[in-house]
Amino acid sequence: MTHQNRPPAIQVTGLRKAFGDKTVLDGIDLTIPEGTVFALLGPNGAGKTTTVQILSTLIPASGGQAQVAGHNVQAEPDAVRSAIGVTGQFSAVDKLLTGRENMLLMADLCHLSRDEGRERATQLLEEFELTEAAGKPAATYSGGMQRRLDIAMTLMIKPPPSSPAPFILFLDEPTTGLDPRGRRRMWQIVRDLVTDGVTIFLTTQYLEEADELADRIAVLDHGQIVAEGTPEELKRLVPGSHIRLDFPSAAELEAAAAALPGASREAPEAGQESQEGQEGRLGESFHLRIASDGSVGSLRSVLDQLDAHSIEVTALTVHTPDLDDAFLALTGNPVTETAPTQPASR
Amino acid sequence: MTTQSYALRDSTTMLRRNLLHALRYPGMSVGVLLIPILMLLLFRFVFGDTLSAGVHAVHGGYINFLAPGILVLALTAGSVATAVSVSMDMTEGIINRFRTMAIARVSVLTGHVLGAVIQSVIAAVLITALAIGLGFRPAASPLGWLAALGLVLAVAVAMTWVSVSLGVSAKTPESASNAPTPLVFLPFLGSAFVPPQSMAPGLRWFAEYQPFTPIINALRGDLLGTPIGYQGWIALAWCAGLALAGYAWARRGFNRPASG
Repeated sequence: MTHQNRPPAIQVTGLRKAFGDKTVLDGIDLTIPEGTVFALLGPNGAGKTTTVQILSTLIPASGGQAQVAGHNVQAEPDAVRSAIGVTGQFSAVDKLLTGRENMLLMADLCHLSRDEGRERATQLLEEFELTEAAGKPAATYSGGMQRRLDIAMTLMIKPPPSSPAPFILFLDEPTTGLDPRGRRRMWQIVRDLVTDGVTIFLTTQYLEEADELADRIAVLDHGQIVAEGTPEELKRLVPGSHIRLDFPSAAELEAAAAALPGASREAPEAGQESQEGQEGRLGESFHLRIASDGSVGSLRSVLDQLDAHSIEVTALTVHTPDLDDAFLALTGNPVTETAPTQPASR
Repeated sequence: MTTQSYALRDSTTMLRRNLLHALRYPGMSVGVLLIPILMLLLFRFVFGDTLSAGVHAVHGGYINFLAPGILVLALTAGSVATAVSVSMDMTEGIINRFRTMAIARVSVLTGHVLGAVIQSVIAAVLITALAIGLGFRPAASPLGWLAALGLVLAVAVAMTWVSVSLGVSAKTPESASNAPTPLVFLPFLGSAFVPPQSMAPGLRWFAEYQPFTPIINALRGDLLGTPIGYQGWIALAWCAGLALAGYAWARRGFNRPASG
């Protein structure tokens, strides 16, 4: 699946975009090898869709260089267009036409022969479990079905597996608005495409999704890439796991703090600098965090200590760092926009 | 192979898509015929006798004066449907699909234009047939019929490009449906129903210099076999001007990158 002597599927240096005096992308660098899945992760408004729009030739960049399939997006948009497929956030199916008619429309626009177009349409409808609904207008489809039709249409563009031509698929928030089952199905579709050698550029707000699918993840925040790496590397950026204990009153909390070595109290403002922001604002919660590897042994020793001192606990949670933690630590939270991307110390 | 070499093929594909829409959902196409038909009936049976007094018997009955005006009305009425369907394309995700494909971009618009012109001509034929059923007696020579058909085509192309440009510039399909209203109304302020000579001075001046008066006069002359002087050339000049302006504006709006 690797093409040693070919340029990377996507190569971006110093990409900038401003709408008026509002800077949306502020110097982005990316290198995405062929046949890999790349996830661009970020909160709403981070610039994910703008990046996709520039790379898919929809809008011009304000500065920097972007090469897709070895072609400059600004100078050779048509060469780029023939190597890419785009499924945006908004459904790009013709709702007035049936599923099959949508597929045949794409076949015609891909300049396939009549027979080839029909064959591909039938095959893709089958693959995406749309054969039964193929004769119905797309307007009657469920959200998940429309999304599948959308991607099936985009895949009409894909050269056959025997062809050496690269194909890069942009999926802009492909699972937004889908139910959990639809989401899993979409993930499977993405995995199957990767085995076919397709390069996938995915944007998502869901860390779980990036974790599941991507070879590499870049975290985009305020138009800048604040971290890039494999899912494992990103998880390593956040501190280790801990146990969190909730107490019914301040008295219990004090007793526990005295009884448990290594317990740390969260300052009232702790929410500002850690991922506990949501809870911190409740004010009336009394909780402690204890560094722990999350093992049963360590849990038992904590519980034994509490039992020995007859301290009542309302809740116990074990936190192992996941991408959510990494994400929040990296993108900061709204209270401290200028906070360093370093995880908060406790 | 450049995408321009696919312009014809892609336009045909887009035309097929638009005709499929019209066949599948005929409501819009049939709906646009309603205005000219109602006007035809209204002016033929309600106002006709009174108005014909002012029109003299020059044309052999008011219906002969009226029918060409209604015909032009049928051509402008379609602009609402065109503007709305273009706007629906532009405001939905599908336009971005087309824009990221290696196809001739203009085919998205030419597909709409071809589809709308075909529907306009069908509408014109239907309205003419209905008018003949109601007593319209065209006296055109074969050349006159040909000239009339040519003019109908020219008007249809001009109206369509103008409505496509309105559809491209509209923010929503709702506003696109309102944008062509002046266009639909303009023939009323021309020579469609009464000769401009019978209008109040200010309005009369307007009626004489607006595009639809020469268009209607030329069409009327062609169909009734009466001399039209240089009205035909003025009409064609207006059509060419409107079509070019519409095309330029539509193209500009279409190529303007989506923001956000």
